[in-house]
Amino acid sequence: MHIVDRRLNPGGKSLVNRQRFLRRARAYVSQAVRDSLKDRSIKDLAKEGEITIRRDAIHEPTLHRAGKGGNRERVLPGNREFLEGDRIKRPDGGGGAGSQPGEGEDQDDFRFALSREEFLDLFLDDLELPDMAKKKLVSGKIEGVRRAGYSTLGNPSNLSVPRTMQKAMSRRIALRRPSGRDLSRIEEAIAEIEARTTPLADDAVTLERLREERAHIIRRRNLIAYIDPVDLRFRRFEPVPRPVAQAVMFCLMDVSGSMTAHMKDLAKRFFALLHLFLSRCYEQVDVVFIHHTDRAAEVDEDTFFYSTVTGGTLVSSALDKLIEVVKERYSPSDWNIYVAQASDGDTLASDNARVVSLMQDQILPFCQYFAYLEVGREEFASIEAATSTTGLWDAYAPVSDSHRNFAMRKVSHRREIYPVFRELFQRRGVGERTHA
Amino acid sequence: MTVAFAPAPLFTGSDWDFSLINRIYETVEPIALQEMKLNIYPNQIEIISAEQMLDAYSSIGMPLFYKHWSFGKQFVTNEMLYRKGLRGLAYELVINSDPCINYLMQENSATMQTLVIAHAAFGHNHFFKNNYVFKQWTDAEGILDYLEFAKRYIAQCEERYGQLAVERVLDAAHALMNQGVHRYPRIRPRDMKAEAEREAERQAYRDRIYDDLWRTVPVGAKAASVPRDERRAALGLPQENILYFLEKTGPRLDSWQREILRIVRLIAQYFYPQRQTKAMNEGCATYTHYRIMTILHDRRWITDGAFMEFIQSHTNVVYQPTFDSGHFGGFNPYSLGFGIMSDIERICMDPTPEDRDWFGDIAGSRDPVEVLKDIWANYRDESFVSQFLSPHLIRQWRLFQLLDRESESELRVEAIHDERGYRRIRRALAREYDIARQEPDIQVVDVDLAGDRTLMLEHAVTDGVVLDASDAAMVLQSLANLWGYEVALSEVDAESRKELKNHRCQPQPGWIG
Repeated sequence: MHIVDRRLNPGGKSLVNRQRFLRRARAYVSQAVRDSLKDRSIKDLAKEGEITIRRDAIHEPTLHRAGKGGNRERVLPGNREFLEGDRIKRPDGGGGAGSQPGEGEDQDDFRFALSREEFLDLFLDDLELPDMAKKKLVSGKIEGVRRAGYSTLGNPSNLSVPRTMQKAMSRRIALRRPSGRDLSRIEEAIAEIEARTTPLADDAVTLERLREERAHIIRRRNLIAYIDPVDLRFRRFEPVPRPVAQAVMFCLMDVSGSMTAHMKDLAKRFFALLHLFLSRCYEQVDVVFIHHTDRAAEVDEDTFFYSTVTGGTLVSSALDKLIEVVKERYSPSDWNIYVAQASDGDTLASDNARVVSLMQDQILPFCQYFAYLEVGREEFASIEAATSTTGLWDAYAPVSDSHRNFAMRKVSHRREIYPVFRELFQRRGVGERTHA
Repeated sequence: MTVAFAPAPLFTGSDWDFSLINRIYETVEPIALQEMKLNIYPNQIEIISAEQMLDAYSSIGMPLFYKHWSFGKQFVTNEMLYRKGLRGLAYELVINSDPCINYLMQENSATMQTLVIAHAAFGHNHFFKNNYVFKQWTDAEGILDYLEFAKRYIAQCEERYGQLAVERVLDAAHALMNQGVHRYPRIRPRDMKAEAEREAERQAYRDRIYDDLWRTVPVGAKAASVPRDERRAALGLPQENILYFLEKTGPRLDSWQREILRIVRLIAQYFYPQRQTKAMNEGCATYTHYRIMTILHDRRWITDGAFMEFIQSHTNVVYQPTFDSGHFGGFNPYSLGFGIMSDIERICMDPTPEDRDWFGDIAGSRDPVEVLKDIWANYRDESFVSQFLSPHLIRQWRLFQLLDRESESELRVEAIHDERGYRRIRRALAREYDIARQEPDIQVVDVDLAGDRTLMLEHAVTDGVVLDASDAAMVLQSLANLWGYEVALSEVDAESRKELKNHRCQPQPGWIG
C-alpha cells in the first residue's frame, strides 16, 4: 500500500473549466453583473461580488422520459395508513409520486463569486476612455523588477547554470586543464605496457615517462578545478520604477429644490459607473464631490447624495468651485481630470453666458473629458425629454458641437443609464457603434 | 476478551499523521483479507485537501479529465452547495483502477480516515474487482492511461481545430452519452491502453498517406438503391448505441470528430457498470466498513469515543427518510444496499421460518460473508433487489406501491407490506433499478440512403411515457448536426406499434467543418 501526499499538488484544476463555463454563460453573467449596479455605493461597486444566474440558463439536455403522463408505478417507504386498493389524490405539482425517480435534482440557481477583476471585466466589457493620452506619468513608485544581466554575487536560487558552466569551460580551456580523456589515454597506455608478459627493451623508460606524465596530469587536474567559485554567475534583477497614472474625477451635482430623489439616484448611478471605470484605468483615482444650489461646496459622498440642502440654481458656482479645487490641488499637468455633471437643467437664464465662457475658456482646455448628464423626471416620457430642452441644455449645445471632449445626454429612467454611459465612453475610432 | 490483554487503541483524539494511517491500514488489512477473505486490487492512498476534493468531484471523480465547461458548471454547483453548508463533501473518493486509488481528505478526523479506509480501500475495491458487470466492462488497469490519452488528444484537437469546434462536438456527444453504451456484451471490452496506442497509430498512418489530390477526384454516381433488409444489415441496424453508430457511419464527420465521439462513448461505457450497481456497490462498502469498525471496536483498537463518532456518521449515511417526510428524494442507495445486506446476514445467522421459506438456500448457512461475496460478484442492483428484498425488510421499511395511471384522476395503492404484496413490491422496486427500463429505449432503425439520407430513430414507448419534448428537441439538434442530414425520431408504443409522437430535425448549416 502506498500513501501519497497530494496536498501540495496544485489545486484549482477546475479553474480552466470554470473559466470556460463563465465564458459559456457570458451573456447571462454580464446581465447579472449589470443588474448588480442597484444598491451598491460608488466605491463598493468595484469590490468582488456575488452574482446569481438562472440554472436553466445553461442546460445540458439528455434524452429522458417525460416527468408527466403515461402510467407509472413507484415503491415508497414509510406507509402508516394505506391499505391495498386505497385511492389517493394526486399531489400538486410535478413532485411526489408523479415524477420519475432520480429527478430530485437540486434546482438552485447558480451563484458565482466573481473576483474584482472578473467582475469589472464583464461590467466594463467593451468600454474605453476617450482620449486616453495620459498627460503626466508620475515616476518614483517602485513597482517591479526586471532582469539585468548576470553578476558574480547572488542568491543560490538565482544561479544561472548554463552561464556558470560556460564560464567554467572557458577557464578550463584557457588554463589547459587536462581532460578526463587525456588521463584515461595515459592509463590505458600504462596498462597495456604493464600487461605485457615479455617486456620490450625500452618499456621501463616509457613506463616511467608515462607515469610521470600521469602524475602531472592528475596534479593539474586537482589544481585547476572543474568549477571554480570565480565561474559562478547569478541572474541579476533590478527594481524598476513604473509610472503611475493618476486621475481625478469631479462629481458635480445640482441639489436645488427641483432635483428629486429619483434624479439624484440617476446621477449616483452614473457617477458610480464613471468611478468604476476610472479606477480600472488608473491606479489612483481621486473623487471630488461638489454640490451646488446657488452656492457650491465640496462635500463627502454621504452629504453629496443625502444632504437636504436646497435653494436656487446657479451652475456657474459649481464650475467656479471646480476651477478653484483644480488650481488648489489638481494641477492639470499632473492629473488627468474628468468631470461628470448631473443636473435637471433648470437654471437661471442670466447665468448661462458665464457658464459657457467658463466651460470654453477654462474648464474644457484642462479636462480630459466632461460629461453632462441631464436627468429628467421618471414619469416623463422619453419623447418629451427628447423634444423639450432646458436652459442649460441649450447653453451647452453649441459647446458640445465645438469640443470633442464634452458630451451631453439626457436620462430619465435608470435603465437608460448604462446605455448612455456606454455611448459616452464607447471605443472611438472603431466606427461609432451605437448598440448598447 | 479481558481488558488486561487489550491492546492500546490505535489513536485517541482526532489527529492523524502518516504513520498512523499506515498503522490503521495494517490493522484493517488482515481483518479484511484474512477474516472476510476479500479480494482486492492493490491500494494507493492519496491525501488531498478539500479544494482538491472539489476539483476531483467535478470531473466525475476522475483524477484527470479533458477540459470542458460542463465540469466547470459542476464545480460551481458543488462549491456553492459546500460553501452554503448545504452539503458536506464526501469523505472519500475511490477510483476503479488498478492500483485502486483512494482519496482521503486531510480535514477528516482519525476515526473518519479509518472508516474511509475500511469503506473504500476494502469495500469498494473488492466490489470493483469481483462484480461481474465491472469485470465484463471495465478495464481497471487501462482507465487512467486512457484518460490521459483522451485528455491529450482533445487538447491537441483544440489546438488544431479550435476550442469552439471541439466544444461543439463534445457538447453534442455529451447529450447522447446515455445512448452511447452497449448494454449487452456483444462487443468484447477493450484494453484501453492498447486502444490509445491504436489511435495514435491510426493518426500517424493517416498523416503519412495524406494526399490532398484525392480531394479533387470526382465523386461517382449515386449508389443504386439497396433493399431495406440488406441495407440495415450492412449498417448493423437496429443499433441502440447511437454514438457508436455515428462514429462508424456518420457520413460527414472528420476522423478527429469520430475519435472524440469514441472517447465520450468509451468513458460512458466505463461508467455504465457504476450506474447499474449503485446500491450494491455502496451497500458492499458500507457493510464492509460497518463490520470492520465493529471488529476494531470489539478488539479495542478504537476507543468508545471513536466508535460513537463512527456510529454517528454511519447512521447519517444510511438514513432513509419516509415518503411523507419532506426530505424524501427516492431511495438512498447506501440505505437500501446496506439494509438488504445486513438482512442477509440476519437470515444466515438467525433465520425465522418465513426466511427459510423465502431463502431456503442461504437461511441458517452461518457464513454471511461467503454468501455476500457470492452476491457481490454475481448480481447487479435490479437482480439483487429482486432476489434478496425480504418480507422482513418490506415490513420494517413499510414499503408500499403506488400506481399512477394517466387515465385516472387518483393514484392507487397497488400493494402494501402484507402477504399479498411482498412479491409485487419486490418486483416493482427491482424494476426501478433496471436501467434498461428506466431509460428510454431508443434505436437507430434505418437510413434513407437512396433519398436524402435521413437518419431514422425509434423510441419504443413503454407505459405510455414519451420523451421530455424540449430536451428531446435539443438532443436531436445535436444528433442532426453530427449526422449532417435530417434526423427523424418516431415514438412508437412498444406493444401496439402505434406512433404516439414524431420529431424531426434539420442540421444547422455550417456546423460541420
